[in-house]
Amino acid sequence: MHKRHLTVAAAAVLALTACSTPSSEESTPGVTDDTVVIGTHQPLTGPAAAGYSAISAATSAYFEYVNANGGINGRQIEYIVKDDGYDPANTQNAVRELVTEDKVFAVVNGLGTPTHSSVLDYLDQQGVPDLFVSSGSLTWNQPGVYPNTFAYNADYVTEGAALAKYAIEQDPDAVICVLGQDDDYGDGVIEGVEDVVGSNTIAEVQSYATSGEDLNAQIGALMSAGCEVNVLGTINGFTAMAIGTAAQLDWFPKWYVSSSGADYPTLAGFLGEELAPVLLEGMVSVNYLPFSPDGEWVALFEEINAEYNDGAPFTGNTVFGMSVGYLFAEALAAAGEDPTRESLVAAIESGELLGNGILPLSYSDSDHAGYRGVGIATVSDGVQDYVDVAYVVSAGQVDAVEPDPVPLENDGIPGN
Amino acid sequence: MRRLSIPLRALLITVLAIGGTFGLDPFRNYQLATAAACFAAVAGLTVLVGLTGQLSLGHAVLMASGGYGFAFAASAATGPAILVLAAGLLGAVAVSGLLGLLLGLAAARLRGPYLAGLTLALVIALPSAANTLPIGGDQGLRAPFLPVPEALTALIAVEQWHAWLAIIVAALAVTPLVMLRSGRAGLRMRAVLDDETASRLSGVDPGSVKTGAFVASAVPAGLGGAILAIATQQVAPGGYGLAFSLLLVVAAVVGGLGSIGGAAIGSVLVVFFPWVVDELVAAAPTDLGQRLDGNLAVLVFGAVIVAVTVLWPGGAARLLDRFLAARPRRFATPATNTER
Amino acid sequence: MDRFVFLFSAGLARGAVLALFALSLVIVWRAARVVNFAQAALAVAAVYAAFAVTAATGSYSAGLAAGLASGALLGALAERGLMRRLGANAPLPGIIVAIGLVMVVQAGLAIGFGPEHRPMHPPFSQRPFVIGGVPVLSPYDLFTLIAAGVVMGGLALLFNRSSLGLQMRAAAFAPETARLLGVRVSRMVTLGWTLAVAAASLAALLLVPNELGLNPHAADLLFVNAFAVAVIGGLDSPAGALIAGIGVGLLGSLVTGYVSASASPLAVLALLTLVLLVRPGGLFAAKEARTA
Repeated sequence: MHKRHLTVAAAAVLALTACSTPSSEESTPGVTDDTVVIGTHQPLTGPAAAGYSAISAATSAYFEYVNANGGINGRQIEYIVKDDGYDPANTQNAVRELVTEDKVFAVVNGLGTPTHSSVLDYLDQQGVPDLFVSSGSLTWNQPGVYPNTFAYNADYVTEGAALAKYAIEQDPDAVICVLGQDDDYGDGVIEGVEDVVGSNTIAEVQSYATSGEDLNAQIGALMSAGCEVNVLGTINGFTAMAIGTAAQLDWFPKWYVSSSGADYPTLAGFLGEELAPVLLEGMVSVNYLPFSPDGEWVALFEEINAEYNDGAPFTGNTVFGMSVGYLFAEALAAAGEDPTRESLVAAIESGELLGNGILPLSYSDSDHAGYRGVGIATVSDGVQDYVDVAYVVSAGQVDAVEPDPVPLENDGIPGN
Repeated sequence: MRRLSIPLRALLITVLAIGGTFGLDPFRNYQLATAAACFAAVAGLTVLVGLTGQLSLGHAVLMASGGYGFAFAASAATGPAILVLAAGLLGAVAVSGLLGLLLGLAAARLRGPYLAGLTLALVIALPSAANTLPIGGDQGLRAPFLPVPEALTALIAVEQWHAWLAIIVAALAVTPLVMLRSGRAGLRMRAVLDDETASRLSGVDPGSVKTGAFVASAVPAGLGGAILAIATQQVAPGGYGLAFSLLLVVAAVVGGLGSIGGAAIGSVLVVFFPWVVDELVAAAPTDLGQRLDGNLAVLVFGAVIVAVTVLWPGGAARLLDRFLAARPRRFATPATNTER
Repeated sequence: MDRFVFLFSAGLARGAVLALFALSLVIVWRAARVVNFAQAALAVAAVYAAFAVTAATGSYSAGLAAGLASGALLGALAERGLMRRLGANAPLPGIIVAIGLVMVVQAGLAIGFGPEHRPMHPPFSQRPFVIGGVPVLSPYDLFTLIAAGVVMGGLALLFNRSSLGLQMRAAAFAPETARLLGVRVSRMVTLGWTLAVAAASLAALLLVPNELGLNPHAADLLFVNAFAVAVIGGLDSPAGALIAGIGVGLLGSLVTGYVSASASPLAVLALLTLVLLVRPGGLFAAKEARTA
């Protein structure tokens, strides 16, 4: 019994010297005179790592480039990447550690709808800026509920609507079908297509699970339904598999693909360099970032990739990761000489950030959506590039707009 | 010490654990709450496997069912926080108990690997079920946030408050299990494990003992799910996948089958150890590129699991027993053979 | 009806791979009375070896041979190096060690080869024959069916018709007696693991060209489904693995095509529950499992 008493006494002593009490906020977390610490959660291991682990590597490489050129307002950006294996339980752990242990200034580009949903309320309670979530869910754009959370990707509904609109403009009588992932991604694309063609009038809707082994059953069903335009709400691997499976059946319909599954270099990796130009010819997709192969942004990003990312394969993920990094750097520069969490959020809501997209960003104090519009891109002779068509989608209404790409300035380092 | 009744001992340990939370920072308190949730589930699992020889690979689904029960009931309840909490816990007990009963009825007829196969298929079907049933798909359900009570706001942070709730709920989940195990029900379970035919001859029905044990094991697991729902304010199928379910089995075996103390050790290990490895790996100089990120920690954790199991197949509780050789082997774990 | 024929033939090829993998689980079960949870990870490691050899030599058959050989080697190593040390009658430590091994192998592969999907090209065309306007099996599907069939037939002959097979069965069912009769029991157990992991490697090798590509997790789902198949068929029964494998393959394909992809795991769970409620030891339950 003595031992127990001792332990109780020890506990009581600990209680008196409690170090767990809520501390009063004095300085801004994560910001010192020469550093800014930010963090993210990404799937670096597990099945989802294949598609996404390159994003945070690209973002880190961009920040290294910025740091090597003096940082932002004299501060080096320290980007802590936590692995969550695309498992919401791990995301909880990772983000709590970022906030309470690493004391990050902001969480940037946390990846995935189910994963990031699990920390949305927590980040809100802690008042941590939750910037540029890497997912096209509409959840992130609720400034009234989550005042510190900002979306980045064009949302899945917007992408589905723009794809359907373009398909109808090309051929008003086309039989339109959808193949979607069995989660909010596929559902969002279906909703967008329905906004344009009318509800319950999609000729055939098929779904797949990411754990599924093949798409034979789904493609067979689409084929026998006589689909002419297949809108895909699929990730890259399943886009390649859908197109490849159809080709094996001697079926060559038109493919209209959401930005998350339409990256030419990645698709070519799946299909093989010989087949890719043939099978992907004419593929229509949407995007909002400057991935044009001969563009100035790609030239810069390729340089950074070679120097700071060990020359990793250059794909849409690289452009995405570096573009997010650029936008954060721009926001940090705009947050002033002595940034606080409030000034960072205010800088984004000011609507003055340009980003590097082909359309303007839509941020304001009542809109946290990021990209509200997308441009149409096609593959022609093995080159994927924008055609001169873009749409802005609001409340189910799709309007054509002129693309308005942001030019590269100051070697891609904001704020000087 | 042995004279102390089980509830009194449980109370003592609970108070100690709550005192201990003052020594931890918020993140550690959050990890403690997670460990408490695992402890409840692993305690249920270890009693099930250790005492009746039924191997369940699906305790993550039982936890999830408790989490969903908590989220539904607590969101529906209105009133003071204590009522919301009570409603949620009742919901967790009801849903996980019901699922446990259904599984238990099937399990009573099945031998080790067949039950393992059925429960494994259950884990794989969880995301599909979440997409099919009205329970929020892969984003899951929100559970209400339980704030720190007014009187304590100056003293403790929300993570510590949730750690307290986690410890109390875990105590509520595990104490009846310990009492059950050391009482007549425990005797019956051991009798069935030793020899089904003999126990049937002495008037114990193996089927109902096995079903009962499954329910008794499911409810603490469900309460473990409720703890996670309290600490994280949500429940989603992605958090209860195959890897997590297998980790619960790892915790039960590494701790020592049948031992509640072992369950506690095992749970703390599987919650803290990957994190410790991750920290160590992060501290080591890495010029080996991004492929090592995350993967090296998984590799080291796996290697340690292999090494520990090969060196001490009996688990930590056995090891502890050896150190405390003077202690009466009242709860010594029988060598179990779950396959037949 | 067209859709039915198409889905049926797609399910058939998938079922053959499932059956082969389930058979590999049955072999380990019969040899060592454990379910090898590391079977998929070891098989994928062997497929990486096949991939590397095919990439270096340009020959599919060289890769195939390398894959089977490394699968056999990995099986033997896992048994001799790890499982043997746990002693008999220890199914749970066996499962835990296997889980740890899965983590080591998958993380090791991800470190060595990266997490991305590497496309594997099949040796035969995946373009199906069209019969009466309906696409049915492709040459590669036929290759899969034949390869799986030949290996399963060969293993059945080995087990039931050869003295080696007899020794293996004796060692599994009555190790003490077998030992007294001069059977080298431990060697038989190692042989069981060797054959099993080699067979599992072939199943994974046949599957990967139909999937996204080679990845450390490429066979995870195959293992889970094959475990369900082995349980449905009866863990002791190679014939059960074959029939249940084809059945689950067809079920998955038809449910995915007619209902939805998410309904497929639920359908497998329902089938499993139904079979186990009627026959708790699987469709082809071994009679020795009966009690009082």
